Amino acid sequence: MPAITHHIPDPMIAAYASGSLPHAYSMVVASHLSYCRDCQAALGAHQAVGGALLETSACAALTQDAKPKLMAQLDAPAAPEPVYDAAGIYPGPVMQSLKGRPLRWKTLGMGVKQDILFEDAAGSARLLYIPAGQAVPDHSHNGLELTLVLQGSFSDETGRFGVGDVEIGDEDLDHTPVADPGDPCICLAATDAPLRFKALMPRLLQPLFRI
Amino acid sequence: MSKDKTYSELTVWLLAVRDHRDRAAFGDMFDFLAPRLKGFIIRCGARPALAEEIVQDVMLTIWRKAAMFDPHKAQASAWIYQIARNRHIDIIRKESRPVPDELGEDPGAEPDASQILALEQEALHLKQAIQQLHPDQKEMIEKAYIGDLTHQEISTQTGLPLGTVKSRIRLGLGRLRKELKGLR
Ligand SMILES: [Zn+2]
Repeated sequence: MPAITHHIPDPMIAAYASGSLPHAYSMVVASHLSYCRDCQAALGAHQAVGGALLETSACAALTQDAKPKLMAQLDAPAAPEPVYDAAGIYPGPVMQSLKGRPLRWKTLGMGVKQDILFEDAAGSARLLYIPAGQAVPDHSHNGLELTLVLQGSFSDETGRFGVGDVEIGDEDLDHTPVADPGDPCICLAATDAPLRFKALMPRLLQPLFRI
Repeated sequence: MSKDKTYSELTVWLLAVRDHRDRAAFGDMFDFLAPRLKGFIIRCGARPALAEEIVQDVMLTIWRKAAMFDPHKAQASAWIYQIARNRHIDIIRKESRPVPDELGEDPGAEPDASQILALEQEALHLKQAIQQLHPDQKEMIEKAYIGDLTHQEISTQTGLPLGTVKSRIRLGLGRLRKELKGLR
């Protein structure tokens, strides 16, 4: 178990428990929870509050045949659900999102690679591979950004982030994360806007845009 | 020590389902839980017909996954709450929610019956604390825990300024936390 120093803020854990956190962020929160006993304890506290609210909830009557219909289903065989367990450096939530497919690293230049795991209107989540000494590619900060380290470490103006640590960035955070010496740094990153890496621009167009 | 005196009804039913596939206990649990779940899910924004479909799905999930319930780790109501939120969201979004890996036992802590009792006590006190909350505070806390509602959305829906929403949630949660601290 790595020593974790950068955690998920408590309100975000509550939002994860209640399901109000967008999917891409939930992937990072669930992945951090896969390393962190402290944050799992915080989740347990929120689930306990949720459970108490459920138990004291006002009732709504069910239709007459709801119970017999359910009791009749108890013996029906459940459709087998695929199980995706943690593998290597990748925690369960990353494997769940890959759904058994192999990694597909796409080069962004300077040895930096990415694999987009999930994208919807509310945000996107991707794996980033950054060789030692390389900067995490420059991207626009349109909103909240979560970066969780899965292998190696990176450092920036705010500190050092090792395996299991999560950095929370927003528009106010102007930072230049650089992968530390040693193993390449592999991260799971979620943003509420698609990351616009400069290197994504087709190479032929780059001279026109002076990138 | 009698299990029935110290464990909540919900825990006793769930353990009977887990250990003995006890249909009578499951039936009793349905009678208690299903109407509360339906009320809860309707207040999460689902129409009654969809809410009932989700209730059935949640109850069936409880029956099938009961083996995963561990009273050393979570209260029955907390475990069911998370299943209810997960199933609701999975059904609406058709995308499975990311679920964290289980961490093994804390090397410093041997699982024993006192852990279960502490969690049972916590659940009991939480319920009492919620029942004593001012209705405004209860409503706010409920919205934060049942819904696809962010603080901003609560503010929009209730017409209360965002600062008020946040401070009410904080006040209510602070009071609940104090209850929890007294127990731990
Ligand atoms: Zn943590």
